[in-house]
Amino acid sequence: MNVLTDNLSLYGKGLLGTVELTVYASLLALVLGFVMASFRVAPVGSLRVFGTAWVTVLRNTPLTLLFFAVLLGLPRFGVVLPFELFAVLALGCYTSAFICEALRSGINTVPTGQGEAARSLGMTFGQTLSLVVLPQAFRSVIPPIGSTLIALAKNSAIAGSFSVTELLGTYKPLNELGYSIVWTFVWIAVGYLIVTLSISAIFNVLEKRWGVPR
Amino acid sequence: MAVDPLIELRGVNKHYGKLHVLKDIDLTVGRGEVVVVIGPSGSGKSTLCRAINRLEPVESGTILLDGRPLPEEGRELAKLRAEVGMVFQSFNLFAHKTVLANVSLAPLKVRKRSREDADRRSRELLERVGLLAHADKYPAQLSGGQQQRVAIARALAMDPKVMLFDEPTSALDPEMINEVLEVMQQLARDGMTMVVVTHEMGFARSAANRVVFMADGRIVEDRSPEQFFTAPESERAKDFLSKILKH
Repeated sequence: MNVLTDNLSLYGKGLLGTVELTVYASLLALVLGFVMASFRVAPVGSLRVFGTAWVTVLRNTPLTLLFFAVLLGLPRFGVVLPFELFAVLALGCYTSAFICEALRSGINTVPTGQGEAARSLGMTFGQTLSLVVLPQAFRSVIPPIGSTLIALAKNSAIAGSFSVTELLGTYKPLNELGYSIVWTFVWIAVGYLIVTLSISAIFNVLEKRWGVPR
Repeated sequence: MAVDPLIELRGVNKHYGKLHVLKDIDLTVGRGEVVVVIGPSGSGKSTLCRAINRLEPVESGTILLDGRPLPEEGRELAKLRAEVGMVFQSFNLFAHKTVLANVSLAPLKVRKRSREDADRRSRELLERVGLLAHADKYPAQLSGGQQQRVAIARALAMDPKVMLFDEPTSALDPEMINEVLEVMQQLARDGMTMVVVTHEMGFARSAANRVVFMADGRIVEDRSPEQFFTAPESERAKDFLSKILKH
């Protein structure tokens, strides 16, 4: 029962690690997902192919395998970065494939006439997408993107197996110190709940804010 | 008329799969001319209208706007589309923007005008179509006729050389058709070059310089409204007119 109070700083470090991984990987995933979704609806064929390949490869690779590929593969090509950064890369790229598809389904909910009207006024593809289509697509993709980021927060546990400090990994030292395994995990679960419920709350606010009558 | 061609289509063809929707279309629209395109549904008249600003790419033939061929998809095409106003059957106002923002958006972002200039001009245009009082509403709060008048103002805000109307009144309740037609009549009187796909024969009679009758992807007749309505030459046109003018 006193596992938490005795080891507050250890838990705190773990929680902080998970939060950092989640935040940085989310930002990367959102940016990459946005770029890839733009590619997938672009009028240029080669961009569409690249976007499709990106999604196909990353969405269909087990995340653990992707971690191995990034953490063991990239150093062989001379890319040596801190493990935390590698973890953010793997998590962010993996999740970007799901963000991309959520965004694309949102784009498909916007009537084609909206894009046609924008183009007929002389807007470029980029302007049409950013000024007319995506702002309308945004509202319908808030819930699925929230779910995807919650999944990301939980997926970040895999980074613990690659010597990155994060919440789940705290069970190892605590176990060695002889604390009750059940209570160790209860507090870890509470930590994850704090992260995931915060994401839920943020997305509920976004949904209310952008759910303007139109 | 037609001494100073603004739009020229030469030998234009288009298929949708096996369906041949535009067959060897030749059409010239002169500066300041109002050309009304009529015909039964599926005759290709909407496709013709949308081909002029390349919302529908064509497979063969050339389309010239002000003497220049339509460029491929890209910045050049966007630049050219800015010169061609288009009004759609389903209005297509930007649902997430107010009426004023709808009209000002393209002048701001495409023409790079200042917010002040763009909004001032937008208010003038909204005044002209009788909707200044609704400037801060969203499109969904307006009636169909009002939305279509906003759409016309939005197209005019780019100071286009030509306006394309793709069945602008077909989605409207009968009582709202006139408010839109009046705005279009006024435009025609002001000397705007217009290509209008419509079923409004009254508008064709009163505002058009020429009536183009299409059937099965071809231009069957291309004459003055007076000649067309009183003495159509082709059997196809006679048949069409007898069906729509009877009741």
